[in-house]
Amino acid sequence: MNENVIEVSNLTKRFGHFTAVDHITFNVKRGEIFGFLGANGAGKTTAMQMLCGISLPTEGKGTVAGFDIIKENEKIKRNIGYMSQKFSLYEDLKVWENIRLFGGIYGLSDKVIAEKTDELLEKLNFQHERNTLVKYLPLGWKQKLAFSVAIFHEPNIVFLDEPTGGVDPAMRRQFWEMIYSASDRGITVFVTTHYMDEAEYCNRVSIMVDGHIDALDSPSTLRSQFNTESMDEVFRQLARKAKRAD
Amino acid sequence: MKQLIAFVNKEFHHIFRDSRTLLVILGIPIVQILLFGFAINMEVQDIRVAFYDPTPDAFTTGITERIRQNAYFNYLGKVNSMNEMEVVMRKGKLDLAIVFEQDFQENLVHSGNAAVQLLSNSSDPNRGSISVNYAMAIIADYQKDQMNISQIPFQIQTENRMVYNPLMKSSYMFVPGIMGLVMMIICTIMTSVSIVREKERGTMEVLLASPLKHGTMIFAKTIPYMVISFIDFIIILLLSYFVLDVPVNGSLFLLCLIAILYIFLSLSYGLTISTLVDKQVNAVIISAMTAMIPVLMLSGMIFPIDNMPNVLQYFSTIVPARWFIDAIRKVMIQGQGLTMVWKDVLILIGMTVFLLAVTAVNTKKRLE
Repeated sequence: MNENVIEVSNLTKRFGHFTAVDHITFNVKRGEIFGFLGANGAGKTTAMQMLCGISLPTEGKGTVAGFDIIKENEKIKRNIGYMSQKFSLYEDLKVWENIRLFGGIYGLSDKVIAEKTDELLEKLNFQHERNTLVKYLPLGWKQKLAFSVAIFHEPNIVFLDEPTGGVDPAMRRQFWEMIYSASDRGITVFVTTHYMDEAEYCNRVSIMVDGHIDALDSPSTLRSQFNTESMDEVFRQLARKAKRAD
Repeated sequence: MKQLIAFVNKEFHHIFRDSRTLLVILGIPIVQILLFGFAINMEVQDIRVAFYDPTPDAFTTGITERIRQNAYFNYLGKVNSMNEMEVVMRKGKLDLAIVFEQDFQENLVHSGNAAVQLLSNSSDPNRGSISVNYAMAIIADYQKDQMNISQIPFQIQTENRMVYNPLMKSSYMFVPGIMGLVMMIICTIMTSVSIVREKERGTMEVLLASPLKHGTMIFAKTIPYMVISFIDFIIILLLSYFVLDVPVNGSLFLLCLIAILYIFLSLSYGLTISTLVDKQVNAVIISAMTAMIPVLMLSGMIFPIDNMPNVLQYFSTIVPARWFIDAIRKVMIQGQGLTMVWKDVLILIGMTVFLLAVTAVNTKKRLE
């Protein structure tokens, strides 16, 4: 369990004069649920995109799933799943067509795709929605489906960018159960969120402020370190220092 | 390969699920052909004509009968005075008035010269001048016959300019133009929009984070539009051949080859645009401004290039449709072979290569 699947040191991203991510250094262990917290504009999404190999760092280095994020980003892509902040499935495709598309993109055979599709729909209790166009699904269902599609090819790591934004609390609860079940299967979960109650569900969290990582530890350690009862308060104390406006 | 099939499949689903877009891309060629073929009719027909003939004689009656029997004219009758003629024309009931001078035959026989006045209602200048041309041609025809019969050296002053049938000419002109326009619209606008839509909706990010090769994605994006625009090309060809009677005088194979080349070029242009913008609206505006309007204005589809000011003539050389339309006209209408269109073909190939190179340079494999 102590093997690091993500190792990053001094990772930096500048856009012109603006430093979105400023020398961040951290490790994530295999099977861990790693919460990546921060206010809007703190640099979370940019950092995540560098880890996924879709944005080139200005400075610093790192490895994801054992591959260099600068030179081997194509290999990284085979070993990760990614769920973007914007809804990442195709609304005008049916549920099963979306699953088949991404299965095909990740190179799974038709047979495997067919088997896993049945399995997945059953697990989500989605069988009757197989032929529904995705745009007709409620938001919470869409997000559950998007997550299932992101881990359909059994990646080492899955990156989730605010997966529960706008989803109601009951649905968020179910969503986190899915995250736990993925983690139990050995998939490392790297998740950004705005909800501090969700931070409590993570094994470890980092809190980004203005492009820096200002705190990184398990939720319980952070709470005692900041001498408070809730992650909410920890976050507020750190966020108060932020100079960047939304 | 598997990725490619999965992706092409998805693209076809996008198109077929969006029934409005599908209607537009398959409807455009049909509507255009029917519009230009029937509604926008350059041919002048049903010319309402009346005569004023103060002293009827063999010649004036002969001319009157000829015009009366011509299918393009609708004979309204004779009037008894110029005033009456004016009243009728003012009411808009008359297109052409033909007025013989007093003692037409006598003048013709004695002095060798007689005048006939053609008054056209030129509130529609095109219709007006074409009516006059028709009538002059008929009079000239009559004169020639009379000279052969009677050997009398006389002359009726006319000028003959009816060297072609306007309907045929206009459809010969616009069919290649519509091909150029429709394929440009579909390939350029549709491909650029479909790629930019992925950027706008955020699905592009997910695709970038997947092992899908960028080249595979681009290629997969273009296939459906290639197929659809070729279908459009066939639709236009069939409609022009069977409905508008435009012949295919040259090699059908060469014609298809030129069309495919032009489709490639339009697709490349769509890809180039997609690398430059991030919003669907911008993609549409840029495609429409730079692809559609030049095709309409500067390709020779409607306005002859030779009649343009020099600046515009130079500018028209960078409009791909100009070369495409030129090549299609040569092959389809004039029945020329590759030896006559190699220059157009080379220019189109050059433009395609240039656009693909620009696209390759601009393509971002990572987000910025």
